[in-house]
Amino acid sequence: MNSDKVTKIVLASSSIIILLLAGGMIYSLAQGAIPVFREFGLQFIISDDWNPRSGEESYGALPFIAGTVITSALALLISLPLSFSASLFLGEYYRGTRMARILGMLVDLLAGIPSIVYGLWGFYVLRSFLATLGAPNQGFGIFTASLILAIMIIPYATSLSNEIISMVPNELKEAAYSLGATRIEVIWNVIVPSARSGIIAGYILAFGRALGETMAVTMLIGNANIIPSGLFSTGNTMASVIANQFGEASGLKLSALIAIGLLLFLITGIINAIGKFVVKRMS
Amino acid sequence: MKNLIIIAVASFIMASCGDSSNKGSEKSATKNVSLTAAGATFPMPYYNMVFKNYSDKTNVQITYGGIGSGGGIRSLADRVVDFGATDAYLEDSELSEMPAEVVHIPTVIGAVVIAYNLPGINDLKLSDELLEKIFMGDITNWNDPEIRKNNPDLTFPDLKINVIHRSDGSGTTHIFSDYMSKVSSRWEEQVGAGKALQWPVGMGAKGNPGVAGTIAQTEGSIGYIGSEYAFALGIQSASVQNSSGNYILPSIESVSAASEGTIPDDTRVMLTNSDDPESYPISGFTWIILYREQSYNNRSRDQALATVEFLDWLVSSEAQNEAEKVHYSPLPDATAEKAKAILRNVTFNGEPLLD
Repeated sequence: MNSDKVTKIVLASSSIIILLLAGGMIYSLAQGAIPVFREFGLQFIISDDWNPRSGEESYGALPFIAGTVITSALALLISLPLSFSASLFLGEYYRGTRMARILGMLVDLLAGIPSIVYGLWGFYVLRSFLATLGAPNQGFGIFTASLILAIMIIPYATSLSNEIISMVPNELKEAAYSLGATRIEVIWNVIVPSARSGIIAGYILAFGRALGETMAVTMLIGNANIIPSGLFSTGNTMASVIANQFGEASGLKLSALIAIGLLLFLITGIINAIGKFVVKRMS
Repeated sequence: MKNLIIIAVASFIMASCGDSSNKGSEKSATKNVSLTAAGATFPMPYYNMVFKNYSDKTNVQITYGGIGSGGGIRSLADRVVDFGATDAYLEDSELSEMPAEVVHIPTVIGAVVIAYNLPGINDLKLSDELLEKIFMGDITNWNDPEIRKNNPDLTFPDLKINVIHRSDGSGTTHIFSDYMSKVSSRWEEQVGAGKALQWPVGMGAKGNPGVAGTIAQTEGSIGYIGSEYAFALGIQSASVQNSSGNYILPSIESVSAASEGTIPDDTRVMLTNSDDPESYPISGFTWIILYREQSYNNRSRDQALATVEFLDWLVSSEAQNEAEKVHYSPLPDATAEKAKAILRNVTFNGEPLLD
């Protein structure tokens, strides 16, 4: 066999292994989730019960789905102005300068901080600060969790958008300037439309990161298995409830937690698919 | 060549930094056994102390993971530990779900205290009714007239009550909710007793250390934790009304008073709401659980023997006398005798390990 064929086989088998792994994960999650769906049917997805009392066990994923989606969406909303401005700054205004390089490094540093450290800082500093400002529940809740998530996803949104923005061809910008456009006009009418798909892809990535974040959220959200009633109420997310209760769950409760894991997997997949669709539409 | 020398020197240094545990092995030629255990955080202050004492004495190394009573039971069921620890004994239905017969060894008695964070307010008295109303969300502010009526000498701030409960499966929750179910029929109906509950109000924290830390950090919070955690973090404990109507603070004497009386031979009993007039009503045993037949999963006889010998030492007076140092109560003599009897029923391939 010549080396071409060998390479082809090696590459093909590696790809197949990855597919098998992903497929295997979905399969074992689905298998583990069957008992709870058999017991409660699709009611599981919209029920807000979480009663582990033996004899009257009843589980529902709605509070966690709500908590996850709300905190991630809020985090994206909070980080949007910050990361968009940062990516414009790094990719357009001060592109190539030393300051942009240093700032870019610092932003990337944010991504390197372990999430448990974020959780610790959030618990001792951010939360007590918000509590002194008057936040209810001593600072625990959806808002604080979303705030810390926003800080955590800024580097992901910024660095991808920054790359795309700096790749907008100079000719387009020069042409716009030569027609008399101001800086702002160039940004809004040339750079953003041309970099749109990349920017959105960056935000989808950031959103996906926020959906799965566990440790920082579980320390700040209050771990109350209720559907959040307001901006500052406590709640719980899918990743957080799994982390808290997986170690000792058995039987129907274990199946409920695995089902929640499956739902998280599916939600992340759906978000990514929507993102790809939007990106395709826009480019 | 230079790189080769650097790599050789580095690996030599790293290799020699290795196994320092061998230093102790000249003490005992045969044993350098290590035991793994996991479970309740409620007795952790006591366990950490006596596990270390035993390791210093005999060179049996014991590692303990405080993952909550539920985690301890699950770890034993998965057979990844030598023994588990739980403050909630296994019900008959849970026993039948375990892969083999499991025995309970009581190890110490502790108090679940109602800890609160109200600067400047000591000596809070909480009646059963107040406990019910606070933990079920009917009373939401510290300056509520009902709290003030029960504590006429204290002035309360206008501060919202922050209830903190456990987010993980907890034997401490079981002891607390067992007591609440006994004194409040409304609690029994709506919430019940168990290691994990559907809480009407409040937020969750992980483990006794989590709840204690959260209470210490947030003003206006109230929660239930093991007594030693309250002491260690300087958190106030409320006095609770026992079945004779006396307000009792948790102490070694009041907890011991709760354990007077006979207990069943398998030692599975809750000590909450005892009849003794001087008893602290939210007291409880904590147990170590292990399989009665120790030859499973290719377990060696040495491992099984080390486990049972350690547990025998744990219920002996040498270990029990240490309990008071961390504000836990030692087992009464009758209970220690029953524990020893159970240990002598633990077998390896059908033969009892201890005699």
